[in-house]
Amino acid sequence: MNGTIAIQAQELTRIFGSFTAVNRITLDVHGGEIFGFLGANGAGKTTAMRMFTGLLAPSSGTARVAGHDVYTKSEAIKRSIGYMSQKFSLYEDLTIRENIRLYGGVYGLRAQEIRSRSEEMLSRLGMEASADLQVRSLPLGWRQKLSFSVALLHRPQIVFLDEPTGGVDPITRRQFWEMIYQTAAAGTTVLVTTHYMDEAEYCDRISIMVAGKIGAMGTPAELKQHYAADSMDEVFVRLVRPTNGEAA
Amino acid sequence: MNALRGLLQKEWRHIMRDRRTLAVIILMPVVQVILFGFAIRTDVRDIRLVVVDPTPDHVTLEIRHRLEATDAFHTVAVLPNSEKLDGLFQRGQAEEAVVFEPQFASRLERGLPARVDVIADATEPNTGSTRQNYAMAVIRQYQQEQGEPAPGVQISAQLRTRFDPTAESSHLFVPGLMAFVLTIISALMTAISLTREKETGTMEALLVSPLRPWQIIIGKVLPYLAIGFVSVVLVIIEARIVFEVPLRGSVVLLLLEGLLYILVSLSLGMLISSRTSSQRVAMMGAMIGTMLPTMLLSGFIFPIESMPTVLQGVSNVIPAKWFVTIARSIMLKGIGLSYLWQETLILCGMAAALLVLSTRSFHTRLE
Amino acid sequence: MSDAVLVEGLCKSFGTTKAVRDVSLSVRSGELFGFIGPDGAGKTTLFRILATLMLPDTGRAQVLGLDVVKELWALRPRLGYMPGRFSLYPDLSVEENLRFFAAVFGTSLDEEYEQIEPIYVQLEQFKERRAGALSGGMKQKLALCCALVHRPDILLLDEPTTGVDAVSRREFWELLAKFKESGLTIVVSTPYMDEATRCDRIALMQSGRILAIDTPHAVTESFDRPLLAVRADQRYESLLALREYPHTHTVYPFGEMLHYTDARATLPVETIGAEVVAFLESRGLTGVSAARILATIEDSFMAYLGTPEEAPAA
Repeated sequence: MNGTIAIQAQELTRIFGSFTAVNRITLDVHGGEIFGFLGANGAGKTTAMRMFTGLLAPSSGTARVAGHDVYTKSEAIKRSIGYMSQKFSLYEDLTIRENIRLYGGVYGLRAQEIRSRSEEMLSRLGMEASADLQVRSLPLGWRQKLSFSVALLHRPQIVFLDEPTGGVDPITRRQFWEMIYQTAAAGTTVLVTTHYMDEAEYCDRISIMVAGKIGAMGTPAELKQHYAADSMDEVFVRLVRPTNGEAA
Repeated sequence: MNALRGLLQKEWRHIMRDRRTLAVIILMPVVQVILFGFAIRTDVRDIRLVVVDPTPDHVTLEIRHRLEATDAFHTVAVLPNSEKLDGLFQRGQAEEAVVFEPQFASRLERGLPARVDVIADATEPNTGSTRQNYAMAVIRQYQQEQGEPAPGVQISAQLRTRFDPTAESSHLFVPGLMAFVLTIISALMTAISLTREKETGTMEALLVSPLRPWQIIIGKVLPYLAIGFVSVVLVIIEARIVFEVPLRGSVVLLLLEGLLYILVSLSLGMLISSRTSSQRVAMMGAMIGTMLPTMLLSGFIFPIESMPTVLQGVSNVIPAKWFVTIARSIMLKGIGLSYLWQETLILCGMAAALLVLSTRSFHTRLE
Repeated sequence: MSDAVLVEGLCKSFGTTKAVRDVSLSVRSGELFGFIGPDGAGKTTLFRILATLMLPDTGRAQVLGLDVVKELWALRPRLGYMPGRFSLYPDLSVEENLRFFAAVFGTSLDEEYEQIEPIYVQLEQFKERRAGALSGGMKQKLALCCALVHRPDILLLDEPTTGVDAVSRREFWELLAKFKESGLTIVVSTPYMDEATRCDRIALMQSGRILAIDTPHAVTESFDRPLLAVRADQRYESLLALREYPHTHTVYPFGEMLHYTDARATLPVETIGAEVVAFLESRGLTGVSAARILATIEDSFMAYLGTPEEAPAA
């Protein structure tokens, strides 16, 4: 970690009609950190992410991402961050090379830069031979790795990963996380959401959202100690149970 | 600029690589132009001509010969008097008539005016006057060549509307409109219902049950039949109150025929959706499969008799065509089941055939 | 005891994707059998074939002694199937859904109340609520009720606990154990490796293939090398270091630890551990420790996987 604050939120809130999706959350993500953003579906994670990535304006509260204010500088934010989600990563009917070139262009890289970074990426991933295949012919694990690399093409300060490892075998998942480690070690801040509780333990710090609020935040070790739990799964159960009883 | 160029390239590739959509986009206008072009012919060709010539002589024969010699006319009957003329127009067998005054040539020789009436069917006003002009041109040409001094041949042109005691265009139009609207709604309802189950995944649970395909299909058609019936009632009320279309025949018969027609359309919707699992595709299929044919080939806008024979044959397959005939007959002419039993039977047959086909092509598994 | 499920040489492809590759197995009557594997392993396709919803390309399968292709109408009334995604009617209430499925199978909710009581008591207070408005855990319980209401002879549950919170997952498995006691054969699939231990026998599945079939205990016992859990303050550096260590066979992150196996088959585990600690400390890492642990299902699964495939070539 490099001592800067990559993301800062203070009493950040988002309301849709009468529903409060995100309820006054306050958090800091340090530069170069791997921050796990956890919570059940509907707890508010996606909405919070959208506010951080400049896609959605908050209703109240403040937030700064890569030093830019989320209310006024959403375009600057978009240029400083990378984004990868499980639902959409790359265009399936374009080839790998074409996808890389497209995103390179979108992020304003020069043709020379795109070429050199593209070759470097392909060789690092071991995908030179596949470069002219359409993305749809790649197995899921390879698509995920490629997506991640493309999100980093323009060397952003922060990269947001939304459920990046769904649907692949345990080894491939871990390979992906090694890529995350590598990226963080190089100084990029990584904010990742996941529903795999074991992946929570790979993060430097995590926060768990419950019904729009932050229910817990800290390092995995701290949380396990606090809740007297052996695993993050246990932590989650202990955290959620008091508020739910049997939810319906 | 790089970004923009990249986006343009990307979009182009998406389009080129989606062969199916590309084919539809390019071919559809082509197909439509052909369909519309032929259905809406305003050409002055093959006009069905009836000649009324009480006393044929060398002048009338010459004029008849010239009319026949052009591409435009096609003589379907030669009558000694005008008695049967109305009937021929009413049944759509005649589009234009040329009526010669008796003693034509002899009147001309004696320096008397000789009248010839040119009567054209005016269901489509523009076409009607075009047809007349053509006939009149031929006759005048003859006149000029003869160098006839005045008064010579007198041409009197008349436009007539098709037989309809009320002579209001909406009365012909509205029953057709009823068919059109009922078709689309019904086909859409069942198309969506079935594919929605497939898309949301509830179909999976249904399929594993002991339910047979026919049970599932009937289970969907019947409730929509009830709703469709309400639509029929409302549409008929609208026709009566808003457009003042008469209802000379039996209301009960009209309602029953309407119900039968809805059944046909619902079954069509079922058939369309039994072949796809996407609601969007089903909706589009339902609309294209029903809207276009109904609009063009049911007789609701463009009279079927004016179409080339091929299209006339095709129109017999369109359920809407039969219902338009039935609805018009009941509402405007007060005809009963005894005359409409053939059309009714055809609709029954179509409903049965479509239901059987849907059941057959219904997948009892997921694929 | 006869086989409740018998599968021989089953293959199924969708276009170029081979979803199920030459699968053969059997499930005994009254067994609680689990298919363990991530998405894309082929579990859902296999279940759909067993539930008579899809045709295999080659091979055959029998459920309750009936062929899934030829005798589907005799089989369907005896199956209780819960598809992978929620397949009940969201706009009908809990009670309406149950009554519908009971009716479709020729029985009624009142007749079968006793059968589903253990689950239904948890749902009853919400019986008027529309199914779409239930929480994930409640939806799955309702789906289970609907699958059980006609007293099937076998239950096929495709990923019933996916996307459900940890509390509800636990409760779901407790319910399954209760129904197993009455002799019902239950076949379940799950991507959660820790749920494997609740089954009598499991089949590990990946990319359409079965990697192993045995009791959970036997699967973990079959892990052929000693397993070490290695810890250091600098997690990523320790991972990188061990990748450079000449004796490493496999090393993977597992939560806060790294799971390490050594290439030298005969060395005693204490020696291995000591050497690893020394190596890492020589790299300047702090807080280093290494302890022997028992292999989990996930460790075994990964051992069966070997190395993942290369990227395809154009």
